[in-house]
Amino acid sequence: MTITLTHFLLISAILFSLGVYAVITRRNAIMVLMGIELILNSANINFLAFSRYGGLNIEGQMAAIFVIILAAAEAAVALAIVLNIYKRFNTVNVDEISLLKD
Amino acid sequence: MTTELTIALAILLLPLVSFILLIFTGKRYNDKSGLVGTAFLGVDLLMSLYILFAKIPSEAKVWDFTFTWIDFHSFVNNVPLKLDIGIMVDNLTAVMLVVVTLISFLVHLFSLAYMKGDIRYSRYYANLGLFTFSMLGIVITNNYLLMYVFWELVGLSSYLLIGHWYEKKSAADASKKAFLVNRVGDLGFFIGIMIVWMQFSTLTYDGIFTAIQNGIIPFDSNTWLTAAGLLIFCGAVGKSAQFPLHVWLPDAMEGPTPVSALIHAATMVAAGVYLVARTFPMLTADALLYIAYIGAITAFIAATIAIAQNDIKKILAYSTISQLGYMVMGLGVGAYTAGVFHLVTHAAFKAGLFLASGSVIHAMHHALHHVGDHHTDAQDIRYMGGLKNKMPVTFWTMMIFTLAISGVPLTSGFLSKDEILAGTLAFSKFTGHTLIPIIGFLVAGLTAFYMFRMMIVVFFGEHTDKHRSKHLHESPNVMTVPLMILAALSFFAFYSFNPISASHGWFYENVTTPTVVVPEAVSATSTEEFVEEVHHQHTLAMILSVSVAGLGILIAFATYYWKKISADAIANALKPVHNFLSNKWYFDELYDATAVAATVGTARLLAWFDAKVIDGVVNGAASVTRLGSVISGKFDSIVVDGIVNFTAYFAGFFGMLLRTVQTGKVQTYIVFALVGLMVLLALYI
Repeated sequence: MTITLTHFLLISAILFSLGVYAVITRRNAIMVLMGIELILNSANINFLAFSRYGGLNIEGQMAAIFVIILAAAEAAVALAIVLNIYKRFNTVNVDEISLLKD
Repeated sequence: MTTELTIALAILLLPLVSFILLIFTGKRYNDKSGLVGTAFLGVDLLMSLYILFAKIPSEAKVWDFTFTWIDFHSFVNNVPLKLDIGIMVDNLTAVMLVVVTLISFLVHLFSLAYMKGDIRYSRYYANLGLFTFSMLGIVITNNYLLMYVFWELVGLSSYLLIGHWYEKKSAADASKKAFLVNRVGDLGFFIGIMIVWMQFSTLTYDGIFTAIQNGIIPFDSNTWLTAAGLLIFCGAVGKSAQFPLHVWLPDAMEGPTPVSALIHAATMVAAGVYLVARTFPMLTADALLYIAYIGAITAFIAATIAIAQNDIKKILAYSTISQLGYMVMGLGVGAYTAGVFHLVTHAAFKAGLFLASGSVIHAMHHALHHVGDHHTDAQDIRYMGGLKNKMPVTFWTMMIFTLAISGVPLTSGFLSKDEILAGTLAFSKFTGHTLIPIIGFLVAGLTAFYMFRMMIVVFFGEHTDKHRSKHLHESPNVMTVPLMILAALSFFAFYSFNPISASHGWFYENVTTPTVVVPEAVSATSTEEFVEEVHHQHTLAMILSVSVAGLGILIAFATYYWKKISADAIANALKPVHNFLSNKWYFDELYDATAVAATVGTARLLAWFDAKVIDGVVNGAASVTRLGSVISGKFDSIVVDGIVNFTAYFAGFFGMLLRTVQTGKVQTYIVFALVGLMVLLALYI
């Protein structure tokens, strides 16, 4: 059995779904961030798959590297936000942080 | 202006100064205010005497000072339209000035004792000053405009003086009555003045009389001339208490007695006679006839009422009305000088009578006060009697006044009354109106009777109460001296050296009938013919008047002194007549039932109209507005507020509904976003 583009896309889709599931269901803010990482990485897999099998070539790998850098930056900023939220609310449970309501 | 006119003006203004001084500063030196007023009037009297002695021998007929007050710069009937006012002094004015200031001075003097301790002492003297000023104004002006102004001022000041003791309801009512009744006459006077102004565009006597002499008469009609004269006479009817407006004078006796002497005997009531004398040249024969009859009717009615009165001042009040009727009758029949002469002599002896009655009342009050009697009326002659020995000065002076008013020879009253009666005889000879002399002589007899009735009841016999009589004393000198002066002036010598005829005395020589200016067709008998006839009738008049006066006195003595005739028996036998007389011919009741009832009825009707209709309309408008507000309020609170509240509620309801979607949880929103994305994808792919 040869590995085709479809397999990559399938894995990427599964990974994306898992990431979204984590984002939606996790109560811990850290976990939510980790879900986001999964989504970003599923996108990376897509970029790499299209660079290998599609016509993206090197641009696809370039985009994947950008996304990894972006993810690192995002993680730094997001963790800083979570730390501040913890300082303010003494919790990182996103259900309890519902100031947008009322 | 000449020196004499300046002095005349000073005579006019001095009492005004006294009034202003006392009304503003009188309270500060209350006890001295009487002396201040009296001093002012003393100076006034001296100046008046100077004017009289300067004027009488003077060749000039009139001293006159006129100036234009308002110039309208337009013409009516080719006569410049302007209002001239001014003052003048002719012989009549000069005499009147002395009469007014003399009586006023004596009343001021008398009041020093009579009004002593009164609560409004200084105001009393201030008002006397105002009254004297007004009265002098009437006699000194030379036009109807100022005459009317002063006329009203006299009305006002007499109102103030009659109502001096205004705490007493009867006094307050009397002052109102006097003012209102006078107003009726003044209305006629005012209309008369308007007619004159309409036609002649001038109100000076001289201007009017000159115009009439030149043939200009109101509306080219002799009837209008008569009407103008009679309307002006209306003023005199009010002020001089002539029938049918005589009802105020007896009530005015509620004022202090010296006031009665000044106002209701000598001056104010004489103003009407003076007005007729001033208007005399423009009175037609018809007008004079009416005036003569009004005078005669008044004289008769008042004399009959006086017989049945028991209040000493009421008797004198009716006697005054009767004598005023005499004067008016004298002027009406054309005996101008006699009428004015009677005014002057009457002023002296009637003021004397009032002051003497004041002295009696003063003594009675004093005695009643001493015995602690607060119920007996100090003015009722039935409680008096036997005062002759207690008050000799008052008695003798009052006797002289009574002789004078009864027309007994050697007195001034005899001279003047005699001339009037001769005038009425001459008048009846020319015109055939015999009723007038008949009434004249009848009234002369009645006057003698009721005056002696009063004298006998008050002064002769025994006093009705032994206890009280011990406390009766003669009045102090300030009260008796004026009486003596007036008593002296009641003798013939001051007016004429001939005791039986005044026709060659200074008064007759100087106060002569003015030239009549009305057209010949409507004028009365010419003055020359009339005077001639009066001379013929003089002896007859004298004999008749002395005999009727003697008869009246005799009956009075027979009835009240010797008791040969029982007054009570006669009163009982003629009960209806006696009631009729003692109730003053029911004039008050008649006026109450007609004029007063009509006025009050109209006032009630208007009040009802005001209360019901006008107020009803106003209240109705208010109710309608109120109803409108209520409806508008309801509309606001229900409809408008309802819409607003509903909108709010609606928004709130949907807010409530939608807020459940807004959880505030980022994850929920992500779910929505994903679901949305999927829906979109499903739709477009």
